[in-house]
Amino acid sequence: MPEASSTKLASTADFDRRDLDWYIDKVVQLIVFFAGISAIIFIIGIFVFITMEGLGFLFEDFTFKEFFLSPFWEPSDEDAPEYGILALIAGTASVTGLAMIVAIPFSLGAAIYIGEFATGKVRETLKVLVELLAAIPSVVWGFIGLSIMNPLIIDLFDVPVGLNVLNAGVILGLMAAPIMTSIAEDALKAVPDRYREAAEALGATRWQVIFKTVLPAAKNGLLGAVLLGVGRGFGETMAVLMATGHAVNIPGSLFDPVRALTATIAAELGETAVGSPHYQALFTIGIFLFIITFLINLTADLIVRGIRKG
Amino acid sequence: MFAESDLNARNKRVQGLFRMLFLMMTVLLIVPVAIILFTLVSKGGGVISIDFLFTNPTDGMTAGGIFPALLGTVWIVAVALLASVPLGVAAAIYLNEYAGDNWFTRLIQLAIINLAGVPSIVHALFGVGAFVIFFGFGTSILAASLTLAIMTLPIVIVSTRESLRAVPQAFREACWNMGATRWQTIRRIVLPNAISGILTGVILEVSRTAGETAPIMFTGAAFFLPFLPQGVFDQTMAMSLHLFVVATQVPGVPEELPFGVALVLIAMVLIMNSISIAFRMYLRGKKKW
Repeated sequence: MPEASSTKLASTADFDRRDLDWYIDKVVQLIVFFAGISAIIFIIGIFVFITMEGLGFLFEDFTFKEFFLSPFWEPSDEDAPEYGILALIAGTASVTGLAMIVAIPFSLGAAIYIGEFATGKVRETLKVLVELLAAIPSVVWGFIGLSIMNPLIIDLFDVPVGLNVLNAGVILGLMAAPIMTSIAEDALKAVPDRYREAAEALGATRWQVIFKTVLPAAKNGLLGAVLLGVGRGFGETMAVLMATGHAVNIPGSLFDPVRALTATIAAELGETAVGSPHYQALFTIGIFLFIITFLINLTADLIVRGIRKG
Repeated sequence: MFAESDLNARNKRVQGLFRMLFLMMTVLLIVPVAIILFTLVSKGGGVISIDFLFTNPTDGMTAGGIFPALLGTVWIVAVALLASVPLGVAAAIYLNEYAGDNWFTRLIQLAIINLAGVPSIVHALFGVGAFVIFFGFGTSILAASLTLAIMTLPIVIVSTRESLRAVPQAFREACWNMGATRWQTIRRIVLPNAISGILTGVILEVSRTAGETAPIMFTGAAFFLPFLPQGVFDQTMAMSLHLFVVATQVPGVPEELPFGVALVLIAMVLIMNSISIAFRMYLRGKKKW
């Protein structure tokens, strides 16, 4: 019975082909699953590897009191090295703080203008410009601080050196503002149009709609934008390395040079021996930075999610 | 006809005032940067020539061109893309096509947000600990590129996911109804419809990768090298680090040289970004569904 056997053969081949596709499908599903969880693996990996490198310091030379409360960062002192990051925290905090004072009003103002007032071509153009501003690399910003802001500050305020809190704060503010503007504009866009329509139907002007309806509704998203800006300023490296003056110092005025946590790692890692206490202390600063930014990002995420649910 | 009440007129004035205020803020955000860019162009523009782009630095980096740095950046970006694009696209496919809306997916999203938020210098520390020391790649293009690949992974994932999400669900359902498996649907229907959107994200990633400095400082980029890299285990110079070096580390650099380097770097990044944005707008105009 040749006919029957050939039918049987055909159906087996059919079955095999489907079978192969089925297996391919499962294998692909497995591959993309592992790719999907790679972000989690990397985050854990980052924490594990920097902790591993910093572990020796944490067990031997690390004391909580000295590390967080001493303003002396003198890791290369032969006799009595000191590993205090208080001045570095003060440096990072002062620069980030000034950057936020510069960036928050402008980025929120710009977000409101782009999101609520501007229309059509103007709006598109402004959005593109903001996106391009956000793309300028941080080393270029640092160079701008060094070569353009520095002489400008010396001229304007009659100080001997222009690399200080003011310089780095303004640079960092200009850097963070475009990113905060886009996130804040997204938060305004997330407010449903029916809120605006309802307010307008009651006779509110555009400004009243924004001030009484849109802003309260977008409050959490805007706060999230600000927090992400803070995280950004906190973690910025090259710009603060080049524009702060890089002197370990608790600043007393805008014109004092400071040194940031991130910049310390960038400046010193190259000149330390792998495995030395100094090297491990730099990784310990890394752990601290990782935890702080993790908490900032987590908080921002929770705040933004909060409104989505509500 | 209704007469305009006092209240109404006042409200209008207030509104006009605030509109102006916010417009001013937007302008003030953009103008300083425009001035800065103009200064960069006016001071660095004179340095740039074909020779500048295609010759080696000479006289202890105080003269000559930037060719090794330019080529090094191309190397680093290319290797980083080879690692992060397949991984990022696969991760986005998982998130958009397979993952359910549950706590586990939320966890992955949180990890992606954090990966994007971790300071670049911490990524550098990770690169040193993991790729340079633990995996034994040494300071090499491979170590630097992998560090950058992980750092920029969120950009690929997020943009790919956006473009996958833009493919209508009906396309998938039609395909499933024909008896196709999930993977066949993704390969034949979803990816072809999303490919240009994915490309937009990749271009954006190129621009980000090219500009980063801190993550490559200790993992593979060198201050100065007398030779060009021959493979992924060599060190290389890079544009971003080269700017840092000529601006801060080398004595006796003529004033306009770092401006020239900065200008080339910023031009690279902004051109890449503009291409990405233009491409996105073109696609938005072309979309048929």
